[in-house]
Amino acid sequence: MPHTQHPVEILRLNTCGSVDDGKSTLIGRLLYDSKNLMEDQLEALERSADITGGGQINLANLTDGLRAEREQGITIDVAYRYFATPRRKFIVADTPGHVQYTRNMVTGASTANLSIVLVDARQGVTEQTRRHTYLAALLGIPHLVIAINKMDLVNWSEERFLEIRDEIEDFIPKLDVFRDVKFIPLSALNGDNVVTSSKHTPWYQGPALLGHLETVHIASDWNLNALRFPVQWVNRPNNPRDAQLHDFRGLSGQIVGGIARKDQTVIVLPAGLKSTLKEIWTYDGVLTEAFCPQSVTFCLADDIDISRGDMIVGLENLPGCGADLHARICWMHQKPLQPGRKFFFKHTTQTTQAVITSLESRINMATFEPEPQPPALAMNDIGVLRLKISKPIVFDGYSTNRLTGSFILIEQGTNTTVAAGMLSPPTEAVKPEYTDFAI
Amino acid sequence: MNSYHLDHLQYLETEAIHIIREVAAEFDRPCLMFTGGKDSICLVRLAEKSFRPSNIPMPFLNIDTGHHFPELNEFRDRRAKEVGVKLIIRYVEDAIKSGAAIPRPGEISRNQLQIPTLLAAIEEFQFDCNIGGGRRDEEKARAKERFFSPRNAFGQWDEKNQRPEIWNIYNARVNPGENMRVFPLSNWTEMDVWQYIKRENLEVPRIYLSHQRKCVRRRGQWLPVTDLLPPKPNEEVKELTVRVRTIGDIISTGMVESPADSVEDIIAEIATARVTERGSRADDRASEAAMEDRKKAGYF
Ligand SMILES: Nc1nc2c(ncn2[C@@H]2O[C@H](COP(=O)(O)OP(=O)(O)O)[C@@H](O)[C@H]2O)c(=O)[nH]1
Repeated sequence: MPHTQHPVEILRLNTCGSVDDGKSTLIGRLLYDSKNLMEDQLEALERSADITGGGQINLANLTDGLRAEREQGITIDVAYRYFATPRRKFIVADTPGHVQYTRNMVTGASTANLSIVLVDARQGVTEQTRRHTYLAALLGIPHLVIAINKMDLVNWSEERFLEIRDEIEDFIPKLDVFRDVKFIPLSALNGDNVVTSSKHTPWYQGPALLGHLETVHIASDWNLNALRFPVQWVNRPNNPRDAQLHDFRGLSGQIVGGIARKDQTVIVLPAGLKSTLKEIWTYDGVLTEAFCPQSVTFCLADDIDISRGDMIVGLENLPGCGADLHARICWMHQKPLQPGRKFFFKHTTQTTQAVITSLESRINMATFEPEPQPPALAMNDIGVLRLKISKPIVFDGYSTNRLTGSFILIEQGTNTTVAAGMLSPPTEAVKPEYTDFAI
Repeated sequence: MNSYHLDHLQYLETEAIHIIREVAAEFDRPCLMFTGGKDSICLVRLAEKSFRPSNIPMPFLNIDTGHHFPELNEFRDRRAKEVGVKLIIRYVEDAIKSGAAIPRPGEISRNQLQIPTLLAAIEEFQFDCNIGGGRRDEEKARAKERFFSPRNAFGQWDEKNQRPEIWNIYNARVNPGENMRVFPLSNWTEMDVWQYIKRENLEVPRIYLSHQRKCVRRRGQWLPVTDLLPPKPNEEVKELTVRVRTIGDIISTGMVESPADSVEDIIAEIATARVTERGSRADDRASEAAMEDRKKAGYF
């Protein structure tokens, strides 16, 4: 693996496509051509080529993980791959395309900066292509790459490439959420325009896929506008012998939005108490500033009763607060979702109970139009619903902040994660009726 | 690039701290698997960063196969003392004596026997969560492992029935008798681990650094000659300058010939390495699906 002394950033991406569009081959190709494969991996590839592949190395084997999948010849879940170049490190969520696709893609894409949607150049835009692009938009992924694969099978035709591009551009404006969208003609099998530019596409002026992944601007992918600090763990050393530690009252957690500055005024929600951020404590020393997604420990000027699940925010861009929520969800369980069911509801560092009060609509995945009042949501359905939770939470709309606008539903009894939810923006921001904290 | 920006190690660090704190907040009786190996050395530093100035609110647990490198155990015991955490050690030997672990006839490796020993320790201390240093880049079967991986009462991993993990919201719920395995280093590569060790200036056991050792050639690997592993008459034995890349049992850990005697040298060596670290472990080479089989049986 190439090695560098310079700071390198991480880019997280996921690949989407239907079965046989060439996802596994593409990831294998990226690993192979960027020299991230090791000899024993190559040997294992060659060994399995001799046994099952008639001697032909199959790059797709590199990413087909588990035995069950090898036996069935399909990938069944989400697998993560790692590779690096001197410029960036990459975490690839490999999400297979088949029935459970929506669930897997939501999982793989939830943490991604960038999605690669594969299109088979022969087949062009399919229902799957639209669906994957829609899901990438729904999940708020900032950067999109449409990789038009198997160009070798359409004679490297520029017309074919443009035809597919135009068709996709026709529906992308409706989604209108991506910061940038890139179309790249390639052949994963032969490596054209994957790591190096292809001599077969003189008409294509853009970068090869890897070059784009190395340079796409991701520095502003995190929300730095509004401070959000869900308290995760109360840090009280309780050490009677050490004078300094005796009084240490820290609030540990990860900043999930905005920038925190020493001595700034903060509000603790939902209580609505105001205080001053006296110290930003870390193992490596105190900071004057900390930002999303750093993990730190806050010390406030006042001794307020604060526990896990409380949210510390700044004075600007206040979040919403409530127990009646409106959200889009992806249903991930075989048992259909009916209104009236109860679940555990986990949002940031807080778990409460939720009941589904009404199903407003189900998204038709062919037209992306909502169908009102469905009787239930089936596995892999996207739906819009209302829910009531047992205790108000402090939140933002998912489109404003992916981390304070998201939640999961957990089935009671089995403890399975059954849904991923994206909250609608609050109808109004909290108006804390605080007075300055005084004892 | 703005200045409010994390480099890759800072990103991996904040992700891991978030996960370790979730464990402390959500479980009643968690523990951290500490072997003294390079991954768990990083885990310990991350635990310090997660909880200081408070004490680390969970004990360390190690399953000692009795086939450990002595240098490793010395380091393990000392490091636990330095960070002020109680170290619980459970021995495969004892599990064999009590009947909790039963070796197959002629079985020398203690790898399989770690599993029942670990499960017995979980039972004994009623641990509801074990934090481990597993990384997804180690091996194909691990690539699909989750950060939070529930195990049934037999400690088994059901790869077909994993919980989807979405955003940074981790479902930490288990039923009584079940146990959660948590892997904060899931997204770290071998290179990340060494770069972190360098950045944090962490001490590592000597065996990771170049030293002289008598080795025997077996199945294409150099294994250390010890009482447990005497060379057979026809085998090639050599005194070599070697180090370990990944530590398993002393009878199955392949030594790599290397002059690297500092963390910087190791980083440079990995940068140009042409074999993965697991390539030096005989237990994984047995079959392509070796790790997958062990995980299903409750291995870490
Ligand atoms: N001709 C050609 N075949 C390709 C290309 N990419 C993938 N394939 C083939 O398409 C088939 C499916 O590829 P695979 O990577 O397994 O698809 P996945 O199901 O999306 O992971 C395999 O036989 C590949 O060799 C390409 O660019 N050109």
